[in-house]
Amino acid sequence: MKLDTSGLESTSPFFGSGDELCPELSAAPSFSLPLSTDFDEFQKDTKATLKHAKGTTTLAFIFKEGVMVAADSRASMGGYISSQSVKKIIEINPYMLGTMAGGAADCQFWHRNLGIKCRLHELANKRRISVTGASKLLANILYSYRGMGLSVGTMIAGWDETGPGLYYVDSEGGRLKGTRFSVGSGSPYAYGVLDSGYKFDMSIEEAAELARRAIYHATFRDAASGGVASVYYVGPNGWKKLSGDDVGELHYHYYPVTPSTVEQEMAEVAGA
Amino acid sequence: MTKQHPAWSPYDNNGGTCVAIAGADYCVIAADTRMSTGYSILTRDYSKICKLADKCVMASSGFQADVKALQKLLAARHLIYQHQHNKQMSCPGMAQLLSNTLYYKRFFPYYSFNVLGGLDNEGKGCVYTYDAVGSYERVGYSSQGSGSTLIMPFLDNQLKSPSPLLLPAQDAVTPLSEAEAVDLVKTCFASATERDIYTANKLEIVVLNKGGIHREYMELRKD
Repeated sequence: MKLDTSGLESTSPFFGSGDELCPELSAAPSFSLPLSTDFDEFQKDTKATLKHAKGTTTLAFIFKEGVMVAADSRASMGGYISSQSVKKIIEINPYMLGTMAGGAADCQFWHRNLGIKCRLHELANKRRISVTGASKLLANILYSYRGMGLSVGTMIAGWDETGPGLYYVDSEGGRLKGTRFSVGSGSPYAYGVLDSGYKFDMSIEEAAELARRAIYHATFRDAASGGVASVYYVGPNGWKKLSGDDVGELHYHYYPVTPSTVEQEMAEVAGA
Repeated sequence: MTKQHPAWSPYDNNGGTCVAIAGADYCVIAADTRMSTGYSILTRDYSKICKLADKCVMASSGFQADVKALQKLLAARHLIYQHQHNKQMSCPGMAQLLSNTLYYKRFFPYYSFNVLGGLDNEGKGCVYTYDAVGSYERVGYSSQGSGSTLIMPFLDNQLKSPSPLLLPAQDAVTPLSEAEAVDLVKTCFASATERDIYTANKLEIVVLNKGGIHREYMELRKD
């Protein structure tokens, strides 16, 4: 099966023009693959010790005014929190966002690759790429690498000529069009809050508050989610970041500590 | 059918710890100098720090053979960049290059835990932290390696600044002076050496500021 390595071709025109003393450096970069038929089993135990960063809660939904996208910011490596400030909502271009769940490196690399391809599409076709097209590009690439151990669970959210668009794309090669998705280890908790509070007719503030609450509740119950809950809105003029709140502070905002009534008070004993 | 374990693994872990702290106009990068394999010490005097560009220094722990290969590749790519662009690569540029270089070996990773430190285009300190397959993030401070789980909580306690993701944005520059940051790094390693067997012997500290690069050493416990 031919792998889709078009995204890895070097864009530099000077790459091949050097003398061939170092052909590996002047050749276009490509994946170096182990000499094995089963990538998943190759060095499985060692790769488990590398424990690359994953674990997350992300969600996105379409409503009357556009698309709302939210995510936490924790990256965990096994039981260790490797970062509390990971950007999980990736800005592909000014009117399209991608969310990151699964392997952090996989999501970062392939979203950046998708951004490059979207820009090339714009230059080649003199018009912006649709959300359908962008998600299809990504899904096809991930399908090429199916079975090789990539871990990507992403949502592509954007606004194009047909209005708001939302697709779920994963590393199994799946691609689903939908109006409401949540991805990651914290997604069951987020779905609970999101599904019970969702109405199509919401204002932007109501939708943002629903998204924020859903992320907060997921971080409360899922150990692998936490940090800062970021909420983005995608409208006809592109995306805008609405809020970024530390989930620890959101907890006391939603559940403030109320002083309990005192029945008996201990008095200070003077001079003891 | 019992699982077949391979008799030989291409990987090994040589241990060690790296730390980097970014300041308003400086960057401190430090690493210990012990190289081990299993319970044996291979050498007490091995540098894990590599200067990639004038304003960019990388410290890596993990499997030093992979680290050496990575350093050579990045040095070669930097040389090509200098020939093509007639200038040194910036630290953010080198950070992206390192991420891509690590990801190209996604299916046979470099067993290398890296921390990149330097000065950005405005002269402010910057630190980038990586996982083994190239996911990276710009942070104010970071540690990687066998002693990182001991050092990171301490740095969080001393240096923790508001997350860059907060809205409204809050300023996140480490308020420490260069001398205070170097002192903090020495304290980190002195403590990590007490409790991590792979971190010991000597501490190499590299400081980058507008005056250039400055290197110093501190003795650590050798046991």
